[in-house]
Formats: sequence, C-alpha cells, structure tokens
Amino acid sequence: MDLVRSLVDAIRSALGTSAVMFALAGVGLNVMFGYTGLLNFGHVGSLLVGGYGVAITVNLGGPLWLGVLVGIAAAVVLGLIYGLPTLRLREDYLAIVTIAAAEILRLLTRSSALEPITRGVFGIQKFANAFYSLNPFPLGSYGIWRITWSANTLWAILVGWVVVGLSVLLVWALTRAPWGRVLKAIREDEDAARSLGKNVFGYKLQSLAIGGAIGSLAGIFFAVQTQSVNPDSFQPLFTFLAYAVVILGGPGRVLGPVVGSVLFWFLLSFTEAILRQATLAGFIPSWLLTAQEVAAVRWVLVGLGLILLMAFRPQGLFGSREETLIDAR
Amino acid sequence: MPTSEKGRISATRLGVFVLVVFAVVVGSEALGAASPLGGSSVVAQVSASFGGRLLNVTVDGLVVGLIIALTSVGLSLIFGVTGLINFAHGELVTFGAVVAWFLNSGSWGFRVALAIATPIAVVAGGLLGAGLEKGLFGPLRRRRVPNVSLIVTTIGLSLVIRHVILIWYGPQVHKYRDYAIEIARDYGPVSITDVKLAIIIISLLVLGIVGLFLTKTKLGTGMRAVADNRELAEASGIDVRKIILATWVGGAALAALGGVFQGIGFAGVSWDLGFKLLLLMFAAVILGGLGTAFGAMVGGILIGVSTQISSLWLSTEFKLVIAFAVLILVLMVRPQGILGRRERVG
Amino acid sequence: MPADVLTALPRIPGIPKPDPILVADGVHRHFGGLVAVDIDHLEIQRGTITGLIGPNGAGKTTLFNLLTGFDTPDAGAWSFSGKNLAGMSAYRVARLGMVRTFQLTKALMRLSVIDNMKLGATGQTGERALGALTPWRWQQQEKEIEARAEALLERFTLGRMRDDLAGTLSGGQRKLLELARALMVEPTLIMLDEPTAGVAPALTESLLVHIKTLRDEGLSVVFIEHDMDVIMDISDWIVVMAEGKVIAEGRPADIAANPMVIDAYLGRWHGEAATPEVEQAIVEHPPGEGER
Repeated sequence: MDLVRSLVDAIRSALGTSAVMFALAGVGLNVMFGYTGLLNFGHVGSLLVGGYGVAITVNLGGPLWLGVLVGIAAAVVLGLIYGLPTLRLREDYLAIVTIAAAEILRLLTRSSALEPITRGVFGIQKFANAFYSLNPFPLGSYGIWRITWSANTLWAILVGWVVVGLSVLLVWALTRAPWGRVLKAIREDEDAARSLGKNVFGYKLQSLAIGGAIGSLAGIFFAVQTQSVNPDSFQPLFTFLAYAVVILGGPGRVLGPVVGSVLFWFLLSFTEAILRQATLAGFIPSWLLTAQEVAAVRWVLVGLGLILLMAFRPQGLFGSREETLIDAR
Repeated sequence: MPTSEKGRISATRLGVFVLVVFAVVVGSEALGAASPLGGSSVVAQVSASFGGRLLNVTVDGLVVGLIIALTSVGLSLIFGVTGLINFAHGELVTFGAVVAWFLNSGSWGFRVALAIATPIAVVAGGLLGAGLEKGLFGPLRRRRVPNVSLIVTTIGLSLVIRHVILIWYGPQVHKYRDYAIEIARDYGPVSITDVKLAIIIISLLVLGIVGLFLTKTKLGTGMRAVADNRELAEASGIDVRKIILATWVGGAALAALGGVFQGIGFAGVSWDLGFKLLLLMFAAVILGGLGTAFGAMVGGILIGVSTQISSLWLSTEFKLVIAFAVLILVLMVRPQGILGRRERVG
Repeated sequence: MPADVLTALPRIPGIPKPDPILVADGVHRHFGGLVAVDIDHLEIQRGTITGLIGPNGAGKTTLFNLLTGFDTPDAGAWSFSGKNLAGMSAYRVARLGMVRTFQLTKALMRLSVIDNMKLGATGQTGERALGALTPWRWQQQEKEIEARAEALLERFTLGRMRDDLAGTLSGGQRKLLELARALMVEPTLIMLDEPTAGVAPALTESLLVHIKTLRDEGLSVVFIEHDMDVIMDISDWIVVMAEGKVIAEGRPADIAANPMVIDAYLGRWHGEAATPEVEQAIVEHPPGEGER
C-alpha cells in the first residue's frame, strides 16, 4: 500500500485548483459572514455570475480580460441586489433571499428561454484560450518531488494562488483598518453601531459587494481553469461547504478560509487516496467496500472530520475560544 | 422594536424586488414556451375544465404539503427548543424512507408489508433522533459550542448520513413493492389514487395527534414553553433536557414518516430524497414561523399547495422558486411568519 | 449655572425652556391598540441634567427610540439644536451629536474594550473603504483616537481592562464602557437609558460625579432612571411620564411632593386630567385608602 502516493495526491489536491477555488470563495464569504455576520446563503450565485460573465463575454466576441471585469461587476451588482431590499429587515431574510436568488439564477441559466445566451443545460466551453496562450511554461510536467502538474494546470494554479494572495491582502488591509472594526461592530450589535453614528446599511452593502466580488473570482477561476461553465456546477451544497471551510479556518480571521480550504482538500483527497489504496491492496475486502464506493466513504470521513473538529476546536483553526464562549448566540 | 418599523418601509422595496424576479421567471418561462423550437416548460394541456384541474392540482398539493408539514415540524421544534438549525434534517427523512424500503423489499431476507414497515421505520427514526441528541448534540451543547459551529456540525452530519445511506442503499431509485401500481379513483371532479388518499388521511390524523400532544399533554406544552422562552420555562421547573430529547425523538420520527410517504407518493426512494426536500422544508418552517410546530404545518401545506397549483402555468423545475416567492410575499406582510411571535422580529 | 434659569419656570408639563436643545411636538406612537407615546410638547434645557421618570410602560424608552431615530412615530415633529430630525435615520442623528445608550447594555462583546472605545470616534478616515486602503492617512488619526480613548477609560476606571474582550467584563463595567464609548462620539446631548442599573453602589457614586462634571463642561444629559435617590441627587429638572404622556415637570423637590406623580406610580386615577379638583381629591384621599 502506497502511503506516499496517498500523501502526494493529498498535497496535490491541497495546493490544486479546487483548493484555490474554495479559498477564494471562502475569503469572500468570510468578509460577509465572518466579519460582518451576514448570513449570505447564496454565495454560489456570485461564482455563477462570475463564471458566466467571463464565458458569455468571450462567447460574444469580447477579450478575456473584459470577461473577468464583467464577471466581477456582475457579482457586485448581485451583492447589491441581495442587500438593497433585505438588509433593513431581519437577518433570516438575507438567508432566504440569497438562497432563493442563487437557485433562481441557476434555474434561469438552465432555462430554455435564456439558452441563446447561456446555452442552457449544455453550458459554455472553450472560452479561455487567451489565458492559456499566456502560459510561459512549455508543454510538460512540472513540480517538486512527486508532486507534479501539467504545464497548463501549473499556470492556472500559480495565477490562482497569486489571486488568492491579492484578495487576502485586500481583506487584511481593509479589516485591520477602522473599516474592519465597524464591520465587526455590526456583527456584534448593529444598533450599537448605529448609536455611534455608523451607517450600518451602507457598510453591509459594501460587505456584500466586496465579498461577492471576491467570490466571483472563484467562479472566474473555475471557469477559466476548466474552460467550462455549466449551471449544475453551482448548487447550494457548494455554499454549505464554503461555510464549513470558513468556520473550519476560523471566521473573522484573515487567513482562516485559505488554510481551511487547503486543510479541507487535503483531508478529502487523503482519505480518498488511502481508501483507494487500501481496497486495491486488499486491506479492505471488496465485499465491505468496492472501489466505487470509496468516493462516498470519503465524504463520510470528511463529514466525521468536520464534526470532530467542531467538537474539539469549535472556534476553527485561527479562532479564539474565548470569543466563542462569549458568543451570545 | 425599531427594526420592524424600518421593515415597514422596506417591505415595498422587497415587494418590488420579488415582483421583478417573479416577472423575470414567469417571463422567461413564457418566452421558452413561445419559442418555435419549444421550451422546457410544460404548458398545461387544455383537456379537462380548468376548475377540475385546479381541484386535482390542489389535492396533489395537499399530499406534497402534508409531507412537507410532517417533515418540517421536527425541524421547527428543534430550532425552537435548542436554537439549532439542523442541516441534516433531510437525512432523517431519507432514513425513514430507506429503512422502510429495506423491510419491504426483501433485501434482508424477509418481507414486511409496507403498512407494517412504516411504523417500524418511524420508531427507527425516533431512535436515531434520540441517539443524535444523546450522543452528539447534547454533549456539544454542554461544552458550550456556539451555534455557528453547530451548523457546521450538522453539515458534516448530513454528509455522513447521506453518504452512508448511499453506500448502504445504492445510487439507484427503487420503488416500494407495495402500492407500486395504483389506479386512480374518481371522487367527483377529483381523481386520486387510494394510497395518496391514505397518505392525506394518515398525515392529517398524525398532525392532529401531534397538535393534541402539543396542547394537551405536559410534555407537549412543556415543549412549546421551552421553544417560546427557555429561561422562563426552566424557572418554572420544566425539565429542559427531557424536553429536548423528546423533541429530537418526535421530530425525527415524524421526519421518517414523511420520508416513507415521499417515497410512496413521488418517484420512489433515493439516497438524496430528503436532501432534495431540505430547502422546501426551510421555506415551510420560516413561512410558518421559526420555532412553532403549528407554523411548520401551516407553512408546509401552503407551500405544497402553492407549488402544485403553480405547475398549471410553470414547469415543475421552478417549484422552489414559487415556494420562495410565496415565502417572501408572506414575510412582507408578517415578518415573523404566519404563526411566529412578534418579538422575534428585529 | 444653566440650571438656575429653570428655578423660575412654572411647573407645567410641556413648559418651554429658555434655551432648549431638544424640542418635541405632537409626537405620537402606538402599537396595535396601545398608545405608547403621546407627547403634546416637551423641551429639554441645554446644559442641564434632565431626569425622565415614570412607571414601567410609561413610554420612556420608546420616546428615546423615537427621538434618536431608532423608531418612527406615527405623527409629530422634533428638532435638535434647531435641526428637524423627522425621518432622519439613527446613525445620522448620532452624528449630529445626539447619542443614546441602551437599557440592555450593548457592549460589543467580542471586541476589546479599547476597540469598543475607538469605534465611538467620528469622522475617521479609516472607516471608509477607500480610506482604509491608504493607511498613512488614518494611522495618525488612530493614535489620537487611542489616546483620547485611554484617557476616558482611566476616568471611568476601566483602564486596566483595555485589551480584555468586553464580554468578560461585569454588567456594571459594561454599563460604564457604554457610557465612556458614547462620550467618544463627543456628543452635545447624551440620552442615557438606566445608566446605573446593575452597577455597584460605589461605582454608581463615581458615575454620578462623572455625569455632573460632564454637565459642568457643557454636555446636556437626559436620563431614564428608576432609582429615586439617583434622580433626586443629580437632576436639575425632572420630567415625569405615565401612559405615554408627560404628566409633570419640575425641580426634584416639586416632583417628590406631586400627587399626580405619586398616583402615576400607584395607579389610582388612571388617565384623569390633572385638574385642581382631582389633585384635591388625591390629597384628601391618598392612594391605599378605600376600595380599588
């Protein structure tokens, strides 16, 4: 049984494209939920408009960089749409409206009516050649030791982590400033913030816009890297997992979502790899677990991991236990 | 409280937003139907009279709604009594459906009629609920794990249960052996199969019993008291731990029952049967008022009926959209939900 | 002293003040069928400490909410230093210089004491998103704010706890923090909702001394209070509310002897107008005697 191989696979995954995507989505969600306390359950919607923004723009003949801007702008608009009607109401409203809006977006994208633009259930493919044409790495395999990627994937991953780094830098700069302090105040008690002269409504809108924009980067990255967008890639389950990643890393901490994402994907892949190796090597008899069922077991172990982590470190990796003990809710 | 007052003003904005979304959705459906290549929407066939179709669709909606009501009561009460938003509640639904299937299908070597397998599945569901409270959520609450982390716990739990069921039951959809083929009988303008009629009657009976339980028994009124105001209930000497356990047992048992009915009534049993209902269940609970069992019942029925009626004009994939539109419209007028308490607003 | 001008005023509910900082006219608020606030006219004298008292449910906190923009009245107009406040949102009212605290203390629990304080300062460049991204512009301001915050914390004996999370403070300490934080806004009028509730007696003493000093420095104070000793001790003027209306105004000595006030708390002559006949009847037949 090749334990090393499992480790290699896990590290590849932890540093790979899915980790990048979840890290970006997590950083965005962290701004809204971790810092401001907003229950945005439609975060996958920002990814959808980001990805489709790029795909549709290029499809209509525009350059890739314009598509990226369109995607980001669309997510900002989406954030405002989420916020404007609901932010003055109870917090459940935001949760309901966002989850509904994200599903509506997915259904609309899927629908036959918008097919001319979105290609409905088939989605849009092969629109990111411009990105890959910029790839400085010639064809081949690159990496350290046994952790290797193809030239194109490596290029995507490098660019991806740079974008993660830049968004983390942005969030760090914003949240160490008094601006971040106001967000946290809103999270703790918005009426108190209002009584001190803070425009709570405005800050919440900014939080949704910025969090959404960073989330759209995840969608854009996913779209460009896989050269494909498809409505059913953007389901509510993604938002739930994004929450798990944020809380795993510690909500309201700058690096929380990044480390949360890396850890999550490491665990996910490691368990899958170990299980696969074990079944192939015969350690796990095939009557107990076929190779096909390994994928399901992987999720079981991930679920168990989440449960255990919350039991023994409910504040997340970077969070403070003192804070969670104070947590009024 | 102030926020609800601000809510008064913004209700118009929210209303405009909802109407715009609604118009976009309905419009796109209409466009799709009008397209010469045909759309994905199913335009209702003009065969029977509209009144007759409406009646039939309402009865169908009653079946859907009662099932959602059964499954959501537990979700609402668990939130009311413990403050936990249980993202794994869909899996409790699936659990019931799957246990009943195993008993009914003969895969365990013996066959049990569905009529008998169902109560067994309900008991099994109750036991699972008890196990989860005693083994997981109770201990976590005593460790003062914050609610936000508990949400992740339920997300993890839902992954575990759903995929264990996937491994155990498989990815295919199976129907129950009993009631696989049913003939619809006519009751005046309404046409319904025997088993769906049975579902309606049994569900109404069960919900009625639940209602009596909650209003007439000590345990039931205690549940409502804790959901309403925990500190006050504790101060009055109510054994909150017993109440919480009872809530989990009852809620999970009802979910299991709902799961079996869902498996009978619609397309069969699958590993993600409950997960697919989860968003509708959340909508029903919030519509009826978070934390009240009666609210969940009313909310569930309302959502079931409205989504089925909407199928006269819109394709069924928009069911969820309709549910949320109804939800938002009601919340505009009554932010705490149909039966929710005023103070919970803002 | 600004309070001295009040001595000569007639003790009539709604009496205009020589230099009002807050004027309310016809402010009405009802919830369902219940009238919460029904004020014909009320003026608060600048630079004084005005106590607002009345039995539970009299509408005192609701009045605070209405005047500071946390709630919208069904009717009425009110102004602060001449500025019309109708329709203004709570945060704008605070920025104008009218700051309120809350009956249930709103210390920002998971923020440190010093962060709570720094939040109070207004006009912070770093609080704007674009400003935040240019640290050289707000770092100097931040230092100044921090110095001011630390000084205030010292004044309120909270200096040691500057880096502790507010949630770890005792209830009384959090009340002090809320007051100190409100002062960071540099208000001209501060509305305190039961500032001494839950505060230890020794601390209450120093709190009252602070409030009097602030008044001497020019701050106008309105505060809701149930503790009669506190009210009598520091109020320059007292306004009495019952069932949403102002039923009496005057200096502390006047209020203590006012039969309408006594009755409001003891509830015998609900809603009757304060005619001389009614007052005479109350004096002749004090509450407790006879039926009811």
